[in-house]
Amino acid sequence: MYRGQLGMWSWLLHRITGLGVLLFLLVHIVDISLLGFGPTVYNEAIALFGTPVVRVISLGLIAAVFYHAFNGVRIILIDFWPKGVRYQRAMFGIVIVFTVLCFLPMAYYVIAPVFHLPTNTTAVGM
Amino acid sequence: MRISTGHGTRPPSGGVETFSWYFFRISGVALLFLAILHLLIMHVTTDVACTTYQFVALRYSNPFWRLYDWVLLTLALLHGMNGLRVVIDDYVRARGFRFFIQSTLGALTLVLFMLGTITLITFQPVAGALSTTHCIK
Repeated sequence: MYRGQLGMWSWLLHRITGLGVLLFLLVHIVDISLLGFGPTVYNEAIALFGTPVVRVISLGLIAAVFYHAFNGVRIILIDFWPKGVRYQRAMFGIVIVFTVLCFLPMAYYVIAPVFHLPTNTTAVGM
Repeated sequence: MRISTGHGTRPPSGGVETFSWYFFRISGVALLFLAILHLLIMHVTTDVACTTYQFVALRYSNPFWRLYDWVLLTLALLHGMNGLRVVIDDYVRARGFRFFIQSTLGALTLVLFMLGTITLITFQPVAGALSTTHCIK
């Protein structure tokens, strides 16, 4: 096996998160198309997304989106910024920090309804 | 690996893969804003259990959101499927099978794009659906 370092692992994680988000997207296009079947059918499908199990799974999706997005910016900087390659390791650290910082508050909003914790949103259901 | 010497034959330019390379980065930057805002709207400013039929009817009464979602759909689908194409290219070496699976991928992309577009264009809330948004308890 190729003994890559951080660059290889960041690439692999970028690939894995990309495929993960894509897989979700394929399901999402189909579930939204249920709109055509009217409110009863559609709302039943949406109710699934509010269940605790699916809320936890969507945390994985949210983390994947953030990592993929921020690492994508890092890739663009490596490609187009002359000093990009020199700072690629530091940038990966920043990617991880940003991913965690953006993920945590969002995760709270997603999980809070399960435990009836306060959020500022007026429209909250569970 | 070819090392740049500053002289000699130039590497090939242009082509489908070069377009794909640029497309990833340009669509990626657009998706950065489109997708993250979408996540915020669907999970933060509104709880996911409240993104009901009524919620959609309200949003889609404004054509801006239909267009926004359509741009998000198009860019995300193409960005993602292009990525899957590259992944398949990396791991599927047998020529015949590669042709088959890449064709299937292309067909799937087209079908999903049409399904999403049709949903966005034709959605017309049923009578009385624009009442107050109620969440699924």
